[in-house]
Amino acid sequence: MTSILRTYLARLLPQLIALVAIVIAISMTFPGFLNLDFQNGRLYGSLIDILNRGAPVVLLAIGMTVVIATKGIDLSVGAVMAICGAVAASFITSGHSLFETILITLAVGLLCGMWNGILVAVLDIQPIIATLVLMVAGRGIAQLVTEGAILTFNDPGLIFIGSGSFAGLPMPVVVWLVFGVLVALLVRQSALGMLIEAIGVNRQASTLSGVLTPVLLIAAYMLSGLCAAIAGIIAAADIRGADANNAGLWLELDAILAVVVGGTSLLGGRFSIAASVLGAIIIQAINTGILLSGFPPEFNLIIKAAIVVFILVLQSPRFRTAFAFLAVPGRAAKTTEQEAK
Amino acid sequence: MKFAKALASATILAACTFGSASAAELVVGFSQIGSESGWRAAETTLTKQQAEQRGIDLKFADAQQKQENQIKAIRSFIAQGVNAILVAPVVATGWDEVLQEAKDAEIPVILLDRTVDASDDLYLTAVTSDLVHEGSVAGKWLADTVAGKPCNVVELQGTTGSSPAIDRKKGFEQALSGHDNLKIIRSQTGDFTRTKGKEVMESFLKAEGGGKNICALYAHNDDMAVGAIQAIKEAGLKPGKDILVVSIDAVPDIFQAMAAGEANATVELTPNMAGPAFDALAAYLKDGKAPAKWIQTESKLYTQADDPMKVYEEKKGLGY
Repeated sequence: MTSILRTYLARLLPQLIALVAIVIAISMTFPGFLNLDFQNGRLYGSLIDILNRGAPVVLLAIGMTVVIATKGIDLSVGAVMAICGAVAASFITSGHSLFETILITLAVGLLCGMWNGILVAVLDIQPIIATLVLMVAGRGIAQLVTEGAILTFNDPGLIFIGSGSFAGLPMPVVVWLVFGVLVALLVRQSALGMLIEAIGVNRQASTLSGVLTPVLLIAAYMLSGLCAAIAGIIAAADIRGADANNAGLWLELDAILAVVVGGTSLLGGRFSIAASVLGAIIIQAINTGILLSGFPPEFNLIIKAAIVVFILVLQSPRFRTAFAFLAVPGRAAKTTEQEAK
Repeated sequence: MKFAKALASATILAACTFGSASAAELVVGFSQIGSESGWRAAETTLTKQQAEQRGIDLKFADAQQKQENQIKAIRSFIAQGVNAILVAPVVATGWDEVLQEAKDAEIPVILLDRTVDASDDLYLTAVTSDLVHEGSVAGKWLADTVAGKPCNVVELQGTTGSSPAIDRKKGFEQALSGHDNLKIIRSQTGDFTRTKGKEVMESFLKAEGGGKNICALYAHNDDMAVGAIQAIKEAGLKPGKDILVVSIDAVPDIFQAMAAGEANATVELTPNMAGPAFDALAAYLKDGKAPAKWIQTESKLYTQADDPMKVYEEKKGLGY
């Protein structure tokens, strides 16, 4: 048991180190960063803000990890977020109950994922092209649903998902924690995760050895669509309105970045959902840190890019072999293990 | 279809009423950028309304954000021999050739809401808002309202590098200069969106002692203000009272916030650019008097005293 835990920690170590380093760096420039208060029945503080604001990218990254593990990519998630936010807002404003609204929104997300999955698995279109279709068209669909305006709503139930709290944590955090654990259990407590990795390593060989490749591929994209739907509901609930133009804009890139920062290869195969979640939190920590730092906004993107490059370089096997003598033992061991592979 | 019918009947009606009045036969082409924002949709609606009121036959072309579509539309307007052309140019460059064609065909061109980098004898006039002035109206309101009391201001900027963000910041700072009691303590971009406005405001509140050091918020557009208002409420403060909120654009939702006492003032970026354009055109066609090369639209200030619910009802149907 401890050995399993140790391999798990070794896998997450680079991400954990990066996150801790960023948190230390921010708390040095902004002293109140680590403060946590209990206010209005929930924890209140910058650390909670990171977990809360990171919710959409964390959710997208969960789905994206599974898709990338199949050697695919899903560029449409930002647009699907916009569609689902728009659907949720239009159903709740037209008098449907919260339960119906959420059910239909999740169904729309699954449907969008199914479309992507069929293009990839059945029609054999390259994932980047197949999902580009919905990335471009999706925002248009969302605008059709909202009729070009920001569709606002006042339903307390839906708003609760965006800004309510449960057990002292903001609802979005609760949602991604529960959902992330469920997905991780699903893929790791069954053979699903291994089959997905098999498809990513060699799709043809997997099919020949009896893996139901098309079904699993479609399921992976449907999971990504479902994640985008949940993220879309949270994003809309947060601002009490569906903004078809801006909801989820460029978040597909943040989600891919989160997966990469989490150490999952874009070439498919081995993946870790926990590492991707950490990757998403790292990205949000950078964003929040920049906002708190008080730098002029012209620097935002440069600072973010510099930190991301730094983290990625840290993960590079060559860099780590070159500087192995500086690295902590655990990481050095991992480097040699990777080299051996 | 319904609109086309209404327009046709309005034209006929106008033709009957005015008989030989030349306005009845006036045909104007309008090349709109697209419908990328609520404001632009409202501009389209108002342009159609203004044309209808004046009995002008408006030929509308949506360019779907593409300059090539706009150039095509202008060429087709020229071929149809319209009396005048309105253009909301999607980019500033590349217009010389098509504007020259319109000039050769003696069709006056009026630019709406944005300008172009072309010699100003190629178009009749440009109707735009003064972005710097908008910022200074907002700044002046704040300076007058706090009336000498010390006040720390946080600013939500528009998309970094965009001209509204640069100019609205400049105008606000101009209005604040000379008022040493007003200080901008934090300024960060909220990308003109509600989500980012809320997120950035949350960080401002954390960074400034839970909001106790902040006396006013200036947002470069209403959407960011709407997001920020939610952040202020969630931090347990009262927007509009604990923190004054002033923003620009005057979209319908900010009037709801003003009616609820959660926002204090907004400066209107009027979507009615066509009204002044049609007036200038009518004067030009009547006695050939060319208008000034730039017609500045009014940057009207709305506060809680201006019956926000009534304005909300008026603006709601415009397609914002």
